[in-house]
Amino acid sequence: MKKTGAQILCESLIKEGVEVIYGIIGGAVLPIYDTLPQYPQLRHILVRHEQGAAHAADGYARVTHKAGVCIATSGPGATNLVTGIACAYMDSAPMVAITGQVARPFIGKDAFQEIDITGITIPIVKHNYLVTDVAELAKTVKEAFHIAQTGRPGPVLIDIPRDVQQEQTDFVYPDKIDLPGYKIVSRGHPAQIKKAAKLINEAEQPVIIAGRGIIISQAYDEFKEFAEKAQLPVAHTLLGLGSFPGNHILDLGMLGMHGTGCANMAVQNADLLIAIGMRFDDRATGNTGEFAPNARVIHIDIDPAEIGKNIPTEIPVVGDIKSVLTALNEVIERREHVDWLSQIEQWRYEYPSLEIRQSDELLPQYIVHRIYEATQGDALVVTGVGQNQMWAARYFVYTKPNSIISGGGLGPMGFELPAAMGVKIGCPEKMVWCVAGDGGFQMTIQELATITQENIAVKIAIMNNGYLGMVRQWQELFYGRRYVDTKLWNPDFVKIAEAYDIPGIKVKRREEVIPAIQKAMDYPGAFLIDFLIEPEENIYPIVPPGESLARFFEPSKPEVLGGQF
Amino acid sequence: MTNTKHTLIALVEDKPGVLNRIASLFRRRAFNIQSLAVGSSEHPGLSRMTTVVVGDSAQVEQVRKQLEKLINVVKVSDITEENMVTRELALIKVKASASTRSEIMQIVDIFRANIVDVAPGSLTVEVTGDEDKVNSLLGLLRDFDVKEVSRTGRIALTRGSGS
Ligand SMILES: Cc1ncc(C[n+]2csc(CCOP(=O)(O)OP(=O)(O)O)c2C)c(N)n1
Ligand SMILES: [Mg+2]
Repeated sequence: MKKTGAQILCESLIKEGVEVIYGIIGGAVLPIYDTLPQYPQLRHILVRHEQGAAHAADGYARVTHKAGVCIATSGPGATNLVTGIACAYMDSAPMVAITGQVARPFIGKDAFQEIDITGITIPIVKHNYLVTDVAELAKTVKEAFHIAQTGRPGPVLIDIPRDVQQEQTDFVYPDKIDLPGYKIVSRGHPAQIKKAAKLINEAEQPVIIAGRGIIISQAYDEFKEFAEKAQLPVAHTLLGLGSFPGNHILDLGMLGMHGTGCANMAVQNADLLIAIGMRFDDRATGNTGEFAPNARVIHIDIDPAEIGKNIPTEIPVVGDIKSVLTALNEVIERREHVDWLSQIEQWRYEYPSLEIRQSDELLPQYIVHRIYEATQGDALVVTGVGQNQMWAARYFVYTKPNSIISGGGLGPMGFELPAAMGVKIGCPEKMVWCVAGDGGFQMTIQELATITQENIAVKIAIMNNGYLGMVRQWQELFYGRRYVDTKLWNPDFVKIAEAYDIPGIKVKRREEVIPAIQKAMDYPGAFLIDFLIEPEENIYPIVPPGESLARFFEPSKPEVLGGQF
Repeated sequence: MTNTKHTLIALVEDKPGVLNRIASLFRRRAFNIQSLAVGSSEHPGLSRMTTVVVGDSAQVEQVRKQLEKLINVVKVSDITEENMVTRELALIKVKASASTRSEIMQIVDIFRANIVDVAPGSLTVEVTGDEDKVNSLLGLLRDFDVKEVSRTGRIALTRGSGS
């Protein structure tokens, strides 16, 4: 029996195990939407802006390890997806973005809502397709999911002209994939593993830098065994938080620009760095020329192009982290690093990472930490971008994989709310806290309607400082306190929430924090808390941009610290 | 590390948009390419691309690995260190009058180049060889006023029976 392109698309999605798609309808996807009711297995979440569809699909993908699917019409629908696709690309989240395109005879004619979305997205996708023949559609979907979900995951876009959606052909879902140019190295080279083990066995001051690759590879047990067996302290990238229990004695917290003093000092003084599933982003390394000056470097990653890209690597091991760590665990020796660990404890003591200054003011660090305590860490935290993101990263102790979801690489304000929706839909049994910036929240605030329409029970904590806070902090510290265009006039967020049928409360004082969090948790649905925090609170420590990680500022000691170098 | 010219050859799928993906990658990662030439290969459906990249060996290895990540790129090799044959073709239109014509033809002969078009005021010369040869000929012809030049950029294969 012949099927239309739209039916073939839906059936292919079902074959790929898709359950939820996020999108907005429009002329160039009408045939697909018209077909959706035939497939009740596909839940469609109607968002209020396509950026929300992409971030939601991204959040969903990160917590489920399945490609998130978003859909948009041609032209403006497709361009609205771009930020969300770029975010998924930077953070290696699997995504399949489907866009409608004008009918084939109109392509290249600047037709109404014609935009070359495959051209636009080339630099921000793992791959993309323009389907010009309905006979290619099933194969294309199959390839797209394969590419998005395997190796180093990433977004794949499929652009489908409207007439291809309507054209008919026989539906056969292929079971083989023929991609001669797509190779994944899954097992590390035995010789490299041997060399890495030798370095690990000989190291006196080793440090692991744990990235999101560990979480993507679902290698937590192997990783924990690895770190414990050779007694290797673990520093995390922002996205690597949760790959190792944050309350473990070997855990140093996050490194980098807003990393803990302990993590940064350990990395700068290491004689061996074992970088796992991370890519030496400049926010993590600081000045690369002065980064970990005495360290030899082992880099384990599935993407060969990451090796040597930013930091010279002595021993690269290319492969899937789970398999590489399994192999390494066989050959590394059980070690103890007594002196090194006591030095680390010294730094931990000197630069306490969870310390919150004594104050009557409503401090964001305090709020985040209270959310951590109230949930006993058993929550998924989705952050915005800026100070709120860093407070969320630093004052909640992440003990489980995927417990923090953040747009780390792209840093798109407005990620928080739609991503939290996707996370909640992906993990409905989990409590999801959206830690939002008052600025970022207003970039995707319209998704409150989606939350109500689809009954998505996320808890929203706005860190309302009345500023584009992170930029204000830079103005304060690096631009002579000239606050140019960072002060925000804000609406009443509680009233806004009410207008969307979401209950909320405003919190101005410290004593109100715990009851408010409790109230949000007890409420069965979505709930918003507008925390009116200390407006000019900063996130510390901070390594000024372009400086060595050893030169971090702390609030109490505003001069540059880091005496080792 | 020092910047040198590297010759990369790649087998790429012969599909619409592939060249765009490759060009986009070079631009976005600020790779410095000197030439790029593509044409069909011995495999149906696959083209062979030769590109000359300038950089130190770490940078060029980055280029190679980033190219290999493209789904439509099947294989990329840096053959700079290998024994290879490289060729380039150039068409050069040079001003020629009755008094200079024979001198130009002599130069063309020495380079085993060909005259492929004769017009009242000009000659068009076709030359193949490595870049040095093309550059030398071009240098000599400049004395006669070169009107137009079109060069293909380097194509290359490794020598010997292996592949
Ligand atoms: C879409 C977008 N525009 C601009 C920026 C630059 N930027 C980074 S952090 C920041 C301030 C964010 O303000 P807010 O959401 O209130 O968070 P806060 O830092 O105050 O916690 C800005 C403007 C960005 N990251 N993303
Ligand atoms: Mg703010």
